Formats: sequence, structure tokens, C-alpha cells
Amino acid sequence: MHALYFVLGVPLLGGLALALTGHRAYARDVNVGFSLLTFLASCVLTAQVMDHGPQFVWDKQFYIDPLNVFLVTLTAFVGLTTAIFSRPYMRIEQDHGKMTPPRMRLYHSMYQLFSFTMLLGFTTNNLGILWVAMEAATLTTVLLVSVYRTTASLEAAWKYFILCGVGIAQALFGTILLYMAAEKVLGPEHATLLWTSLKDIKGQLDPTIVSLAFVFLLTGYGTKIGLVPLHSWLPDAHAEGPTPVSAVLSGLLLNVAMYAVLRCKVLADGALGTAMAGQLMMGFGLLSVTVAAFFLSRQKDVKRMFSYSSIEHMGLITFAFGMGGPVANFAGLLHMTVHSLVKSAIFFTVGHATQKAGTQLMSEIRGLIKVNPTVGWGLMLGVMAILGMPPFGVFASEFLILTTAMREQPWAALFLFLALGVAFASILIRVLPMVFGDSTLKPLAHPPALIPVFTHLALALVLGLYIPPYLNGWYVQAASMLGG
Amino acid sequence: MSWLGVFSQLLALVTALLLAPLLTGWVNQCRALLQNKSAPGLLQPYRMLHKLFNKESVMAEHASPLYRTAPYIIFSCMLLACAIVPTLSTDLPLSPAADAIALVGLFALARVFISLAAMDVGTAFGSLGARREMLVGFLAEPALLMVLFCASMITRSTSLTTMVETLAHRELAIYPSLLLAGVAFVMVSLAENARVPVDNPDTHLELTMIHEALILEYSARHLALLEWAASLKLFAYSCIGLALFFPWGVADANAPLALLPALPVLVIKLAIGGVMLALIETLSAKMRIFRVPEFLGTAFLIAVIGLLVNVLLGAG
Amino acid sequence: MIKFAPQLINLFATLILLLSFAMISQRRIVSLINLFMMQGVALVITSFLLGYATHQPDLYVSGGITLVLKVILIPWMLHRLIRKLNVRWDVETLLNVPTTMLVGIALVIFSFSLALPVSRLSDALAGGSLGIALACILLSFMMMITRSKAVPQVIGFLSMENGLIFAATAVTNGMPMIVEFGIALDVLVGVLILGVFMFQIREKFDTLDIHHLEKLKEE
Repeated sequence: MHALYFVLGVPLLGGLALALTGHRAYARDVNVGFSLLTFLASCVLTAQVMDHGPQFVWDKQFYIDPLNVFLVTLTAFVGLTTAIFSRPYMRIEQDHGKMTPPRMRLYHSMYQLFSFTMLLGFTTNNLGILWVAMEAATLTTVLLVSVYRTTASLEAAWKYFILCGVGIAQALFGTILLYMAAEKVLGPEHATLLWTSLKDIKGQLDPTIVSLAFVFLLTGYGTKIGLVPLHSWLPDAHAEGPTPVSAVLSGLLLNVAMYAVLRCKVLADGALGTAMAGQLMMGFGLLSVTVAAFFLSRQKDVKRMFSYSSIEHMGLITFAFGMGGPVANFAGLLHMTVHSLVKSAIFFTVGHATQKAGTQLMSEIRGLIKVNPTVGWGLMLGVMAILGMPPFGVFASEFLILTTAMREQPWAALFLFLALGVAFASILIRVLPMVFGDSTLKPLAHPPALIPVFTHLALALVLGLYIPPYLNGWYVQAASMLGG
Repeated sequence: MSWLGVFSQLLALVTALLLAPLLTGWVNQCRALLQNKSAPGLLQPYRMLHKLFNKESVMAEHASPLYRTAPYIIFSCMLLACAIVPTLSTDLPLSPAADAIALVGLFALARVFISLAAMDVGTAFGSLGARREMLVGFLAEPALLMVLFCASMITRSTSLTTMVETLAHRELAIYPSLLLAGVAFVMVSLAENARVPVDNPDTHLELTMIHEALILEYSARHLALLEWAASLKLFAYSCIGLALFFPWGVADANAPLALLPALPVLVIKLAIGGVMLALIETLSAKMRIFRVPEFLGTAFLIAVIGLLVNVLLGAG
Repeated sequence: MIKFAPQLINLFATLILLLSFAMISQRRIVSLINLFMMQGVALVITSFLLGYATHQPDLYVSGGITLVLKVILIPWMLHRLIRKLNVRWDVETLLNVPTTMLVGIALVIFSFSLALPVSRLSDALAGGSLGIALACILLSFMMMITRSKAVPQVIGFLSMENGLIFAATAVTNGMPMIVEFGIALDVLVGVLILGVFMFQIREKFDTLDIHHLEKLKEE
């Protein structure tokens, strides 16, 4: 059987199985087991694509090409490491009384189902099913965000549902318009929402319809990416859920939404012939980077601060893809990868830090290195990575993006430098006291899982120094497919 | 200016004068039947008019000439309105004046005079009634205009006779914008004719009335003229509604013999309309005065949507 | 009958728009649910009419899904929910209905002007109704934002889905079947989740007034 069936089937099965057994003590290990199987299946899938090139599965309903296969593997990998992290973390949460057995069942089964919806979104060839998968991902994460049942988390989950529901509805309207454009070219009987078929006829799609469709698709999926001004759900949702959920939301779900926008951008560029799609993306991206950097400086809650950092980085990625061209596209893809790795690593360490301190306020967390050197150093290295210090991968991608911007959009480059500088200063000022200095924190009851943190950081470091040739080849292929 | 035209015009005038109180009586009868009360009789309005004309008029000492002449002006406005709405025939010598905007202007003229007359005597209720009447009128007039514009966008003319002719002779078609205009028109006519849910025509509780407050000071022949004018206003509004939304049966300019069935057809249509009005009045509760702007605002907006839908859906 | 089909479809499209407006200004929750159900009925009739006029059986299936979901199942669930939540006879204070209506008109004009060039290009029978569909979507969006209680927000969300299905039916004679099923499933699960949420909000906040859920603001 094709590896794809395992990639999709294992998390689906896992979700169903954990719905029944998720509250038992071994459920945490079962969760890790399912994630491990998913990751192995995705590696096999990657190998297949490397050998045979882009492929269709199941009557053209699924399409795996360089763009989505590495995202699939990344998702499965981060899902695995987060599941490993979640083992001790949730155990401590249960000891602190914040989680009850029925909620653990919900948490574990939704975790696997969430993986399933993300992987479905990446691999489907049908733009309508992509929409369904995004909406399903929203639904599963809504339940995950509210799993603590506190007033703040209920508020965050409600806001998340309503605002993302509105956004996603606009994306559906855009999809309907795309279908209409396809019908005009292919006729009602053969009209289809398959992306590959649309890509073949993209030059013939009517520009008026496609431009309106792209605007709706960008605002709709852009809400899920967290582009300003549609971002207000993001800090709340990322900050109020359990830390493993924050990690996968920041690290993975934002990528799925970005991927959806990219697929639509390819169609829009082909149909419009102008640079409108790219310019829209650049505008939104720049706005997000600037606004997020300034909001960042005013945050007191550590997870909110890092979720604004996610908005900032996704804005930067959107800007890069908006510019287009082989270098910027390459940089955008690289940035997506390292951002997922580093941001989830940061959330892992932050999660343990907040557990030790019992609060998410940065003014109350002090001296992590003294109490638990691995958590402290993990956080310090993670923050250095996300701020773009060499030799981590983020430096490489930001360097490429900024140099391309200086060449093509000098004014925008000015704003980007300013915003990145402000973010650099704000985060560093807040993290240094958290990590160094004296501390009154107690050690944790169970040893934290820090292998995931250092694995991610190591990968980010490696990607900054040396990109393996096959990975490089992928990025280049995907970049050229994105065109622009 | 044919003889036939003059004849049909006069016929329309006389019909309006005679039938208007009958229409009011019919509506009252239906309402009483629906509310399980015993009805006052179909010809009660005529008896009331007869009684009032034979009484001696009593007036305040400092009533101005405006107060004395207002009832005549208002009565003439309403009569003219009834004359120019195509009730029996579209062959009316006054039809060049039968413009939709002029019609709304006629109603506005009547409204101004009755408000001034109510304020003239200086009682509290007169001013209260005048204020409320102007509030209702201020909001109802644009709504009525929008309704008429909806119909005129379909028929490409604001002349009522042209509208009736065009709509009657088109093949049967369903115009969504006319549906919306119809809903708005019903709401506006409820407000303008002082019917529940906007104003209770039966009430004598001063704090809840609009129309009654305006005519509180009048007596005898003046009161008779004002009551007749109110009946004529209801008649005129019903005929406008029938002309716009159910125009079949109105005689053409070239078919004099069609006048013969036109009268019974009109009576039947008005009778059905009266039953519907009684039904609406029975099923609704009177709304509080400060909700009336919402009600009329909704009517206005529905009419505007009707216009927009017309633009969007083409001829629809 | 076929000759009348475009006009009947336009008529029902206008009815859907009228019902969207009625929902914005409606204060009682029970009437809101009934209006939503009527909107679903109008949508079902439109789908069936369009299927009959264009000889496409897919539209019958789509209409059937809407009938089962939006006319029968979801209103029943909502009625049960409001009975259990004890908000059945709640009357909500709406801020300034005339202004809301005026904003609604502005949204309608905006969507009509946006959709006009696109609907001219459409070959579908009901292509002119794209503007109406977009207007319904934006009006429901406004309803979700301006309402202060949870249940009307949910009904606004569902009404937005109605508008989307109508848009799909109007311009493209329905989406591919698998997508329609997926959307229906999403909506159903969404309503279930929202129902569960409302109980939890009620438990924590003692009220379903959404204005109480504004503690997480920017500092």
C-alpha cells in the first residue's frame, strides 16, 4: 500500500483509539507511539517522492510534490517531539490538578485527530477538501485550547472559534469563485477543484473572477495565518491552551494555512498576469511584522509574547513569498522550517518554566539556569535562535529575505529592519532576567523531557550551517514551482 | 380631453366620495367579527357623517382662520389624491398631474395643514399629536417614495397611469423587487392611516393616539370633513396599492366598455384588501411610540433593497 | 414552469436576503431560530428549483442535505439547547436598530457592486444572485459581531454558512459532492462543539452574555 495511506490512517486510528483509552496511564506512551508511526510513514513517503518524483494517489485526489512532502515530514516530526514533550508535561499538569481523566481522553484523541487534519490538508489535491481540513483543524484545536476549562481559556476558545469561523467562511467564498472560474473554462461537466487541473489551465482562468477569489482566499486563510488585522484570536488561543497545544499551533497550524495561500497564489499569478497577488501578500506581511513587533514590547505574559513573535515571523514569511523569485521563495520555505522547529522548542522550555513558577507572567519567573540548567539554557538558546543570531537557521533565512528586500523593495526593508530590531530588543530584555539571576523556584516533580528541545535546536543549527543536498534540491524545486 | 375621459374622471371622484366611508365601515366590521364583538353595522360611517353635518360647530375663541379653513384644504387634498390614482380607468384628464412624486406631495400638504391646525388652538394634546404626526410622516414619506420608485424603475415612468397600464399589460411575471416594495408599502400604509400597530383608530386614551389627538378640538361639519378625509386617505392608499401590485381590471383609455366591469372589480379588490387589513390589525399589538421610527426605518430599508435588487437582477 | 424558473429563483433569493435583515433586527431568540429555519427552507426550495431547471441531480442531493441539516436537525438542536440553557424567553437589548439597518444597507450596496462584474460573467442560471449571496454572508458577519449573547452569535455563524451554500448553488450549480458532504459535516460538528461550549460558558460565567468574555484584552 502506498505510504500515504499510513500517513493519514495512523493518526485517524490513533484519534479513535485514544478517544476510548486516553485517560489511562499508558495513554501518553500510546500517543507517542502513534506519532512515531506517523513520522516513519512520512519518511517512507518522502523516500518514495525522492525516487519517483511528484505523484498522484487514489485517482488524483491526493498529490505529493516537493512543496508539501517536506512540510508533511516536518509536521510529523514536530508532532512526534511534541508528543514526547507532552508525556511529562501533562503528567505534571495532572498532578497539579489542572487536568482530569476525561479531559485527558479528549486531549489525546484530539491531538491525533488534529495531526490527521493537518496532514490531510497538506496532501489533498482538492481545494474544497483543503478547506474542509482547515475547518476541521480549527474545530479540533478549539477543543484543545479550552481543555483547562478556566474562564480565560473558554474566552480564548470562543473568540478563536468565532473569528476563525468568519475568516474561513471567506476562504470558502473564494474557493467557490475559483470553482466558478474553472467551470467557465472546462464547462460544467468537467469542472473540478483539483489543484493540478487548475494549474494546467491557470492561464485561461478569467482574471476578474480570480482576483476577487484571491482577495477572499487571502483574507480567509490569512486569518488562520495570523496576518494583521485579522490576528486578534491568535495571542489568546496560543497563550491559554496547554503548552503542547501552543507549540503545535504556533509551529504547525500556521504552516498549513500558509501552504493553502501558496497554492492559491500559484493559480492567481498564472491567471492574473500582474503582480497583484504578490503585492497584497507583501502588504499584509509587512503590516503584520510591524504591528506584531510593537505589540510584542508591551506583553507581560510569556506565552502571549511568543505568540506575537509567531505573528511577526509569519508576516515575514508572507512578505518573502509575496516578493517571489527563486531566492525569496527559498528563504521563505527555509524560514517556515526553522521557525517551526525553534518556536516549538521555545514553547517546550517555556512550558516547563511556567510549570515551575506556577504562572505565565514574566516578572515572576526568574533564574531558570540556577534551578534547572537544561531548561534555562534551552530557553536561552531558543531565544537566540528565534531572534536571528547566527549560526542558527533563522539567521540564514532572514538574511536572504532582507537582502532580497533591500534589492527590490528598499522602503519595505527599512520597516522590516526596524520591526525586527524592536522585537530583538523587547524579547531579549524580558528573557535575560528570566534565565539568569537568582531564583526562588522549586524543581519539577518529574524530570522534564528536554531531548525534543535540543533536537529541534540542533536541527535549526545544522540548517543554518549546512543544508543537505537533497533538502536543498527540494527547496529549490518547490521555490521554482511557486514561481514569481 | 375627450368626453369619455371627463366622464371617467368624474365617475372616479364620485366613487371615491361614496365608497370611502363604506370601506372604513367594512374594515371596522371585519375587525369586530375577528375580535368576537358585535359589529356597528356597515353603514355606520354614513350615519356618523350625517349626524355631524347637522350639528352646530363650536370653536375656540382665539382660533385663527387657518383653523377654520384647514378641514376644507385637507378634504380637497384627499379628494384630489383619489382622483388622480387610477382606480377605475387610466384615461384621466388629470393624469399629467398624476405623478408619483406629486402624489406624495399632496399627502405631505395635508399633513402640514393638519399639524398646524392642531397646534393652532394651543392645547397640549394638539401639539403632542402634531409632533407625533410629523415624526411618522418624516419617516413614512421617503419610504413611500422608494416604493413608488421601485415600481417606476420597472415601468420606466413615474406617472401612475403609465405604471398601471404597463404592469397590467405585461405578461405574468414575478418581480422580486415588487415583492419587497409590497411589504414596505403595507408597513407605510399602516403607519400613514393610523392603524394598529402604529396607532389605534379606536382609542380615546390621549397618551397613545396620534390621529385622534390632531382632530380632538374639531366638531360638527369640520369634524365630518376630517373624518371623511381620513376615509378618503385610506381609500387612496388602498387604490395605490392595488394599482401597483394588482393592476388588472382597470379600464384602458381605448376601452370605454371596460368601465362597466371595472367598478365591481374595484369593489371586490377593496373588500379583500379590507379583510387583510382587519386581519393585520387583529394579529398585531400596538407598538410603543419610540419603536415607530424603527418600524418605518425598516420599511424604508426594505424598499431600498427592492430598488437594489432591481438593479442587480436586471429586470427582476 | 421552466420559463418561470429564473424569476422564481430570484424571488427566493430576495426572500433569503429579507430574512437575513429580519434576523439582524430580531430580539427574541425563539423567533431567531424560526427565521433561520425559514431561511433554510427558502434555500432548499432554490436548490430544488435549480436542479429541476438545469437537470442536475446533484442539486437535489445538495438540497436534501440542507433540508436535513439546516431545516430539521440544527433548529431542533438549538431549540433543545435554549430550553436546557434556560434562555428561551430572553429578550436581548439591541443597540440602535436603525443604525444597524443602515450599516446593513451599506453592506448590501457594497456586495452588490463587488459582485456585479463577476455575476455578469457567470453562465449559470442564477448567476445574478451572487451579489445577494455575498450580501447575506456579510449581513450574518455583522450579526455575529454586534450581538451580545452567545446563541444569536451561533445563529449568525450558521446563517453565514447558508449564504455560502447559496453562493455555491447560484454561481456554480453546486460544489462537488464530496466537498458538500465535508462542509455539512464541519457545520454539524461545529454546532455540537458550540453547544458544549455554551454550557461551559454558562457554568463559568453564570451568563451567556459575551460582553463578559472580554477580560483578555491588550494591556
